[in-house]
Amino acid sequence: MSAPATAPAPRSPEPTVRRDHASAAWRLRDRIGLGFAWLLGLLFCAITSAIVIYLLVQGIKYVRPELFVTHPAAGFSERETGGFLDPLVGTFLVGLMAMGIALPLGLAIGVWLSEFGRPFPLARMAESTIEMIAGTPSIVLALFGTLIFQSPALGFLSRSVGGLVFGRSFFAAATVLSFVALPLVVASVREGLQAIPGHVREASYAVGKTKATTTRRILLPAARPSVITGALLGFGRVIGDTAIIVILLGATLRFDGVGSTPVLSTLRGTGGTLTTYIFQNAPTGEGNQPAKAYAAAFVLLMLVLVLNVGADVVGRKGKALRWS
Amino acid sequence: MDATPPSRLFALRGSDQRAELMLGALVFGVLAVVAAMLVFVFQEAWPSFSHNGLHWFGSGGSVDRQIEAIFTSGDLKRRPVYTFHAWPLLWSTLLITGLAVLIAFVSSLFVAVFIVEFAPDWMRAVLEPVVRLLASVPSVIYGLLGVLVVVPFIGNHLISEHSKASVAYIVSLSGYSLLAAVVILTVMIAPIMIAVFVNGLRAVPRSWLEGSLALGINEWRTFWKIGVRTARPVLVAGTVLGVARALGEAIMLAMVSGSVGFAPNPGDGLIFFVEPSRPLAATILQNAEELASPPMRHTLFAIAAVLLFSAAMLSFTGWVVKQPMKRYGVRA
Repeated sequence: MSAPATAPAPRSPEPTVRRDHASAAWRLRDRIGLGFAWLLGLLFCAITSAIVIYLLVQGIKYVRPELFVTHPAAGFSERETGGFLDPLVGTFLVGLMAMGIALPLGLAIGVWLSEFGRPFPLARMAESTIEMIAGTPSIVLALFGTLIFQSPALGFLSRSVGGLVFGRSFFAAATVLSFVALPLVVASVREGLQAIPGHVREASYAVGKTKATTTRRILLPAARPSVITGALLGFGRVIGDTAIIVILLGATLRFDGVGSTPVLSTLRGTGGTLTTYIFQNAPTGEGNQPAKAYAAAFVLLMLVLVLNVGADVVGRKGKALRWS
Repeated sequence: MDATPPSRLFALRGSDQRAELMLGALVFGVLAVVAAMLVFVFQEAWPSFSHNGLHWFGSGGSVDRQIEAIFTSGDLKRRPVYTFHAWPLLWSTLLITGLAVLIAFVSSLFVAVFIVEFAPDWMRAVLEPVVRLLASVPSVIYGLLGVLVVVPFIGNHLISEHSKASVAYIVSLSGYSLLAAVVILTVMIAPIMIAVFVNGLRAVPRSWLEGSLALGINEWRTFWKIGVRTARPVLVAGTVLGVARALGEAIMLAMVSGSVGFAPNPGDGLIFFVEPSRPLAATILQNAEELASPPMRHTLFAIAAVLLFSAAMLSFTGWVVKQPMKRYGVRA
């Protein structure tokens, strides 16, 4: 090594503890690199805290308890436009429905990929297909959804007028959104199952249990933390999606039911979620009520935060489980 | 995983076979749905492509006026119009995605190296959950911040009245711009890339790094030459994720990019960065109300087909690149 530009730091004879960088002795280029890494790291912290603090301040400024219990309304001022009860309920409704499809399906695919996976080409194809779904823009999935749910055969799931099917309902949106969550669920389930060592399975087979029983009674309970993590992350992804909601749920302010059966009418009708509420109340949207948009964004961010922390806690609990 | 279940008891094997068949059928069902998606999207897109040929990707005329003509020709009494030259939309997508991914890649790499190797422990303990949180913030929230904070800032402080006047007869500069889109998109995809990079860099075998350190090479150079180089497949995989997210981003870009079918011209000098445009995905979103008009539907599906094809190519690239990483037991 060439002599550094500044006075070389005296090297201690003992091996230095890692992270105790004596960077004064480095070449200039390396020190610039390190400085750049520090700079960008600190910049990242600054941007992050700026975003979080800004949203917190705006949220605390604009969130009122009554917003959570008032229906939204069309209007020109903050007073007239009401709260976001419907979008909030819609968020949970569409999220739960989508996870109701994605979780069992993701479990089945994850178990099949990890425990069965035959024939091999089918497993390979399934793997790449799941990855492709993860990379597919949600707006493309939404367009595909319109093709499916506007077909007359599925007219009973949404509003139809004189044979023309609108294809916009909670059913349509949740079904397509389940594809958004599917890759996350499958990945978590597989990860959980693959972390279980083979001898656990062998012990179960040795006492005469079938593969199906082993999976149901031993493997899935052991992988439960991963499954829950996947479900939470998937839920977070679903409630954060906007494009599918705009195209397949109609993004109306209030629930607009179809038919007279109490719950079914809502599910067959159009509605909105917090994301579309924010989208429409941003200055670029039709509502243009920024204060309401900030309040809704704050609530949505808190939801995502809770889901993330939940996934973290559950995931850590899963890692505490050790097979010796 | 490799253990074979007991095969002597045929009665028990039956239930296994049933389970395998049922699960396999579900998997096959999902594959069939995805295959149907590919077929349907390209089938719906075909009229637009076949009418325009390769000119679909070219430039010519105002793309917004073409879209309007396509939509109004959906009326049953008229002949459908399909003329569509998507170059401004493609160019906008390429520019926004390319610039954002480029900036995000460089900064994510440095931040990931910082987090894995050089950050103090307390900072790392804070940063890692925060990165994961930022990666899962809904894009509409970034869009809202863009519209209410970044766009007014650019409009009021970075664009002079003189430059606004100089192009006023072509396009209005109001802050909804390439720059706003790139900035917000960078902030949006960087956490995704950082999260993947951190996982990959951490999986580099410790002994390789220690071997280099033992030769007296300093930490920075060791990590850069051995850590980052070993993790190259993960870097590509993370970048692929970022690009996929950027390409498909419709909501946020529809909010901040300006929503004008205009191709920003690098020849305009610095004004280039504050010119509005509209990428492909945002175009679909904004015209989604007009799906009932058949030529419009075919055109929008053609845009979707382009996006779908790019996404498929990206995930294929990611899959190819990820293969060597399996040796280290890393799944990114």
